Amino acid sequence: MEKVLTRNIGADLQPTNLDAYEKNGGYQGLKKAMKGLSPKDCQDLVSASNLRGRGGAGFPTGMKWSFVPMGENCTPGHKYLVCNADEMEPGAFKDRLLMEYDPHQLIEGMILAAYTIDADLSYIFIRGEYIVSIQRLRDALTECYAKGYLGKNILGGSFSLDMYVHPSAGRYICGEETALINALEGKRANPRAKPPFPQVSGLWGRPTIVNNVETLCNIPHIVDRGAEWFKSLGSGEDSGTKLFGVSGRVKNPGCWELPMGTPIREILEGCAGGMQDGLQLKGFLPGGGSTDFLVPEHLDLAMDYNVIGKAGSRMGTGTLIILDDQTCPVGMVLNLIRFFAHESCGFCTPCREGLPWTRQVLLDIEEGRGTKKDLDTLAFQINYIGAIGNTHCALAPGAMEPLQSAMKYFREDFDHHVSGHSCPYGSHSKSLSQKHSGGY
Amino acid sequence: MPKIYVDGQELSVKEGENILEACLSAGINLPYFCWHPAMGSIGSCRQCAIVQYQNEEDTDGRIVMGCMTPVTEGARFSLNANKGVELREAVVESLMLNHPHDCPVCGEGGECHLQDMTVMVGHRDRRYTGLKNTHRNQYLGPLISHEMNRCITCYRCVRYYDDYAGGTDLSAQASHDHVYFGRHEDGVLESEFSGNLVEVCPTGVFTDKPLLKQYTRKWDLQSAPSICTGCAVGCNISPGERYGKLKRVHNRFNDDVNSYFLCDRGRFGSGYVNSSLRLDYAGLRKKNGSFQAIHQQAAVDKVAKWAKGKKIAAIGSPRASLEANYLLREWVGKGNFSAGFSKHEGQVIHTISTMLSRTNALSPSIKQMEAADVVLILGEDVTNTAPRVALGLRQAIRNKAHQLAEQAGLPKWQDAAVRNLAQDQRSPMIIVSPIGTRLDDVASQLITLGIDDITQFAAAVADVVSGKHIKDVDVNAVAQLLKDAKRPLIISGSSLLSDSLVKSAAAIASRLAVDNKQTMLSYCIPESNSLGVALLAEDAKSIEELIIRADKFDVLLLLENDLHRRISLDQIDQLKNSGVKLVGLDVLENETLSACDLVLPVASYAESEGTLINSEGRAQRHYPVFEPAAERMPSWKWILELATVCEHTKIAKLTHFDEIVESCADSCSLFGQLTQVAPDHKFRSHGLKISRKTHRYSGRTAISANQSVHEPLQPVDQETPLTFSMEGLNLEQPASLTPFYWSPGWNSNQSLQKFQAEVDGPLSSDSSGQRLIEPKLDLDPNCLLSAPSPSKASISDRLKIKPDESQLVPIYRVHGSDELSSYTDEIAELAGKAFVAISAAVAEQLSVVEGDGLIVSNADGGISLEVKILDRVASDCVGYSAGYAKTNSLRAGNSVVLSKDSKWQRRMPQLIATDSGNKRPPNNIEESAHV
Repeated sequence: MEKVLTRNIGADLQPTNLDAYEKNGGYQGLKKAMKGLSPKDCQDLVSASNLRGRGGAGFPTGMKWSFVPMGENCTPGHKYLVCNADEMEPGAFKDRLLMEYDPHQLIEGMILAAYTIDADLSYIFIRGEYIVSIQRLRDALTECYAKGYLGKNILGGSFSLDMYVHPSAGRYICGEETALINALEGKRANPRAKPPFPQVSGLWGRPTIVNNVETLCNIPHIVDRGAEWFKSLGSGEDSGTKLFGVSGRVKNPGCWELPMGTPIREILEGCAGGMQDGLQLKGFLPGGGSTDFLVPEHLDLAMDYNVIGKAGSRMGTGTLIILDDQTCPVGMVLNLIRFFAHESCGFCTPCREGLPWTRQVLLDIEEGRGTKKDLDTLAFQINYIGAIGNTHCALAPGAMEPLQSAMKYFREDFDHHVSGHSCPYGSHSKSLSQKHSGGY
Repeated sequence: MPKIYVDGQELSVKEGENILEACLSAGINLPYFCWHPAMGSIGSCRQCAIVQYQNEEDTDGRIVMGCMTPVTEGARFSLNANKGVELREAVVESLMLNHPHDCPVCGEGGECHLQDMTVMVGHRDRRYTGLKNTHRNQYLGPLISHEMNRCITCYRCVRYYDDYAGGTDLSAQASHDHVYFGRHEDGVLESEFSGNLVEVCPTGVFTDKPLLKQYTRKWDLQSAPSICTGCAVGCNISPGERYGKLKRVHNRFNDDVNSYFLCDRGRFGSGYVNSSLRLDYAGLRKKNGSFQAIHQQAAVDKVAKWAKGKKIAAIGSPRASLEANYLLREWVGKGNFSAGFSKHEGQVIHTISTMLSRTNALSPSIKQMEAADVVLILGEDVTNTAPRVALGLRQAIRNKAHQLAEQAGLPKWQDAAVRNLAQDQRSPMIIVSPIGTRLDDVASQLITLGIDDITQFAAAVADVVSGKHIKDVDVNAVAQLLKDAKRPLIISGSSLLSDSLVKSAAAIASRLAVDNKQTMLSYCIPESNSLGVALLAEDAKSIEELIIRADKFDVLLLLENDLHRRISLDQIDQLKNSGVKLVGLDVLENETLSACDLVLPVASYAESEGTLINSEGRAQRHYPVFEPAAERMPSWKWILELATVCEHTKIAKLTHFDEIVESCADSCSLFGQLTQVAPDHKFRSHGLKISRKTHRYSGRTAISANQSVHEPLQPVDQETPLTFSMEGLNLEQPASLTPFYWSPGWNSNQSLQKFQAEVDGPLSSDSSGQRLIEPKLDLDPNCLLSAPSPSKASISDRLKIKPDESQLVPIYRVHGSDELSSYTDEIAELAGKAFVAISAAVAEQLSVVEGDGLIVSNADGGISLEVKILDRVASDCVGYSAGYAKTNSLRAGNSVVLSKDSKWQRRMPQLIATDSGNKRPPNNIEESAHV
C-alpha cells in the first residue's frame, strides 16, 4: 500500500522541516492551485474525491465547503478556516502523529482549504497538552512566512492568508466545532445552536469552516494528484487512506495508515498483533470512546463509515479501544462515563445532570451496591440523554453509546454485579472505585 | 397568520414566533425555564420539549424544543405524546438531583417557578441516591442574597445581567454539574439593575435580601398597583405589605414603560416607608423649640385659626401627587403658589415641559425608545438620572443586530445566534457629556465637552440638520447619522441646569421631525412628578420668589419639600425670620420640617392614592397598598380638610379623591384625560371590588391577636375600587387596577403571561396610564423652537472660565442622589460618601491622588470632599455627587475653586481589591497620607 498521509513519517520518527517536506513533493498541491486552479476548481476536486471528515462524523468535506457563501453572495468581511486539532476523544492519538512529525502537510492543506473558501485568516485550535505539536507547528509557520507560503500575496498571487496556532485551554467539548468557535472567541466552550451553521455564521459571526487535522492533511494530495487517484486508494466504499489506531491489551498498540475499508481483523490482528497472551477479545469500540461496542463477530467488517454504521456503531476517529475478557466492562463504561460527565459543558440539563447520575449508578453497580432498579435507571438514562434531540449537542448521546451497547452485549456482566453484590472481575477495577471527588 | 396543530387543536399563530411562544399565547401550559420573553431562547434547559410530526401520517414524531422551533404553516405538534411528557418530567427530575429540599425556608417558596414546573410535569419521587453537589455562596451586597445550591443552571441570570443589562461582574464559571453563577470574588454587584435577578431567577438563588430580613410569603402580602416615585420614569410597581410594613417591591408589567424590569432604586428604595424617621402624629412647635404631638383634629383647628381669612401661600412639590399640588394651588391662588422648584431648576423644568408640549417630535415611551436606530444623548448620565430608560437604550443599540439577523433569516428570539452573528456591531449611540457616563461602554462615539460647549454642539447639530453648513466634523457626522436614521432619538435633561441645552435638543428633534415623523425627543428629569407640577402650574413662582414675599403672608404651607435640597441656607433663614407661620407636610422628618411651626404627618406613596406624570407625559395612578398608620393622612386629604375648614368655596364642595381628579381635569385642557388614567372608585369587576390580598392570605383573624383576640374590622376603602381584604376578585380588571399577578398553577411572577394578550405583548386589558402629550404635527417647528444660535466663533473656541476656576458638573447616582430612597438603609450603604471627581491631569496639578481631600470653594464658602479620578472629564470641569446632603450648596454650572485639603484623613484603604473600577491606591500611599 502507498503511504500518503504518513509518507514523511519514518520509523526513526524524525520531524519533517520545510526542506524535507518539499523534497518529498511537498507544496506541489499549493503551487498547482496557485498557478491554475480557481477556488471553485479546488472545491469541485475535493467534492469529487468523496473525502469525508476524519474528525468522527464523516461529513463530506466538499459539501461542507460548498455552504460557504462566496463572491457576491457573501457580505464583506473576514472568512475563517479553523483546524480542529483538539484531539481529546478517548483512545484517539492520530492527529498528534500528523502534527508532530509532518506539520507542513497540515499547513499546506489549510492554505488550500482557506483558498477554496476564500478565507483570509486561519487558526489551528490545538489541544493544550500537545506541547511538541504546538512548537513544531509554530516553527513550521515561521518557515512558511519566510518562504512566502503564508502572509500577503502567497506565491506572488492575489491570495493572502494569515495563520495562527491557538492552544486550547482544554475541554473535550472544544472538539465540537461550535464550542471550539466559542472558545476561540474567548467565551465559554458551550456548543451553539444550529442553525445557523458556522459555514454561514461562525467565528465572530462570519463564515467559518472547521475541519479536522487528518481531513486537512488529505487536501494537498487530492489537489496534487486528483480525485480519481484518491478514490482508488480506498479498498471499500470510502475514498483515501485513514489513520487507524488500536489501544487496549493487545501485543502491539499503535497507529497505522491503511486504506479506507480495511477489515477490522487486519488492523487488530495484522497491525496490533492480536490480543496479549492469555486474553480473549471480548469487544471493542471501533472509533473512540463515544462509539458503540462491537464484538468479535464484527471483526471481518470493513472500516467504512456506512459499514460500521450498519453494524450499530460508528467508525468515529477510527481508533479502536479493545476490551479483553479479563477487564470488567462495567468498570470500562464507568471510566468512560466519568470522563464524559466531567467533560459536559454544563449547558443543557440532560447531559449536565444525567451523566453524573449515570456515573453514580454505574459506580454503585461496579462496587456491588447496585440493584435491579439501577439497571432500569441505566435503561432510562440511555433513553433520556442518549436520544438525539433531547440534548443540545452530540456529547451526551455519544457518551451513551458505549453504555447502551455494553448493556446489549454484556448484559450478564451487569446482572452478575447486581446479583453477586461485587465485581466478578475483582481487583482489575479497584482503581476505578475511588469516590468521585467532584471538584472543578 | 400560519396555522399549526397542537394535539389536533388548530391554532392561528404569529408569523416568526416559536412553538413555546405560540403555546403560551394560546393558553397552553408548556413548561419552560431558560426562555424569557424579553431575552428570547437559547435552548439550554430542555424543559419545553414537544413532539413534532412530519405530516399527518407520521405517528412517531421527533422531540424538538418549543423555544428553538419556529412555527411553520401546517406544522403538527403534540404536548401529550409520551415521549415529550416523559422527557419533560425527566428534566425536572434531573434538575432536582442537586436542588436542596429547603422550600420551607427559601425566600422563593410560594412564588417559585421551579415549584410550579415541578407540579406541572408531575415529578414526585426521587430515584437518585447520590450525594448532592454543594456550592459556596457569595456576599453580593446589601440587596441580593445568594444561595447557589438552589441553582438549576438555566443561565437566565447571566443572560439578563450581562447580555441584557450590560453588567460585567456576574458570570457563569466552572462546568459540568458544577457550573457556578457568581462574581469572581465576594463583592457588591455593580449593575444598577441587579435587583431584577430576583425575578429573573426561576428559583431561590438570587433573592431579595431586605425582604428576607422580615420575610413574608407572596400569598401573605397585601399589594396594590403602584408607581415608583424614585425618579421621573414612572415604572409600574407592585409593592407588598404585611403587619403594617412595606415588605418588598416587585415589578408590575407595563408594556410601554418598564416591561419586566426595574432599577435597584425602584426595587429597593422604598425602605424609607418603614423608617423610624416617619412621623406618626402632627407636631406643634412649642416656645422652647421642641414639638408637641397633637391629634389630627387639633392640627386642623390650629391651621384654621392661623389661616382662615388670612393671606396664605404655598410651596408645592415635584414629588407629591398631582391632586395634592392641584388642591394647594387652588386654595392659595396661582400667584401665591410655587411648584416647589428653585429658580434655576424651575426654569429648566418649565422649558422642558414647554418643549414637550410644543414639539412636533414624539415624546417616546421606553418601548418606543427601544426601537430607536440612532441615539444622541446630550449631557445626561441616563443610567443614573433615568435608570430604566438606560436599560431600554441598551436594547435600542441592539437594533443593528436585529437588522443583521433579519438579513440572515434568523428570528429575533434566537438570542445566542443573533448575538454571535452581530458580535459588537451596534446601532449608533453618541454621548456628548462633560463626564463619563455608565453607557459609555456601548456608545459608538463619546464627545467630552463642558456644559456650554455641549449646548453649542447641540445647536450646531440642529443647524446642520436644517441645512446650514458648519465645518465641524463631529457635528456633521452626528447630524448625518440622525438624518439617515429611521427612528432617531434625542435625549437630554435637566441635570446640567442648562436651559439652552434643553432648547437645543428640542431644536434638533423638531427639525428632524419635519421630515421624519418618527423622531423622538426625551428628557431626563429628576422627580416623580416634576413634569406634572410643571404642566399644572406653568406660571408658578420659584421658591425664592415666594420667600422674598414671605413677610406679606400669614401662613405658608410647605408640601413634601425639603427646601435644603433646593435653596441656600441664607434663603431658608430669611424664610424662618419672616414671621410667617410655616405649616409643613411631609413623609419623613427632615431639617425643613424642624423649622416649621406645625408639622403634619403625610402618608407615603405606598399608603395613598395619587396621579403622577412621568417624563414621557404619561399620567399614571398609584393606590394605597395599606392604610396609613397612626394619624398619617395622604397630602391631598390634609389639604382637602384644611381648605375645607378654611371655607374655600370650590374645595369645600369636593369630598372624594375622584372629585379632585375631575376638578383637576376640568382645570385645563391638557389634563382633560386625567379621568381616563384609571377607573373611578365605583368600578366593579364582575360586580365585585378588587382584592388587594391573595385568596390564600393567611392568619387574618390571628394577625393582631397579640393585641386583641377580637378580629378588627377590615379597613374600608372609600376612595378606590380595591379592598383591603381577600374578598373580591382579581380577574379581568384593567391593568391599572391589577395589584399582583397570580394564576392557577402559576404562582411565580411568570403568571404574568396569563395576563398578557399574547406572550410578551401588552396586557389583555389596556396598559395603565394615559399619555397627555402628543406631537404637535400641525405646528411649524422653526418658528416655535429656534435653537439659541451658536456663537459666531467655532465651537471648539471654548467659552473661557476664569483661570484656576472649574465649572461644577453634577454626578448623579442611582443610589444616593434621590431624596427619599436614600433614607433606606441599604441604599444609604450603597450611596457611600459624596465625592469630587477630577481628571488625572487636574489631580496631578493639585498634587492629590484618589482618596485625598479637596476643598471645593465658591462665594458661600468651601466644603471638603473625597477625590475620585475619572477617565473622562471635560477640561475646566469638576464633578460632584449631586443630591447628597453634603453637596447641597453646590449647583451645576457654577464656578468653583479647588484646593487640596491638607487636613483630610484618608479612609482605610480597602483590604480586598475589587473590580469596581476603583483605581488601587498608588504605591506612594504612605507618603501622601502623611502630607
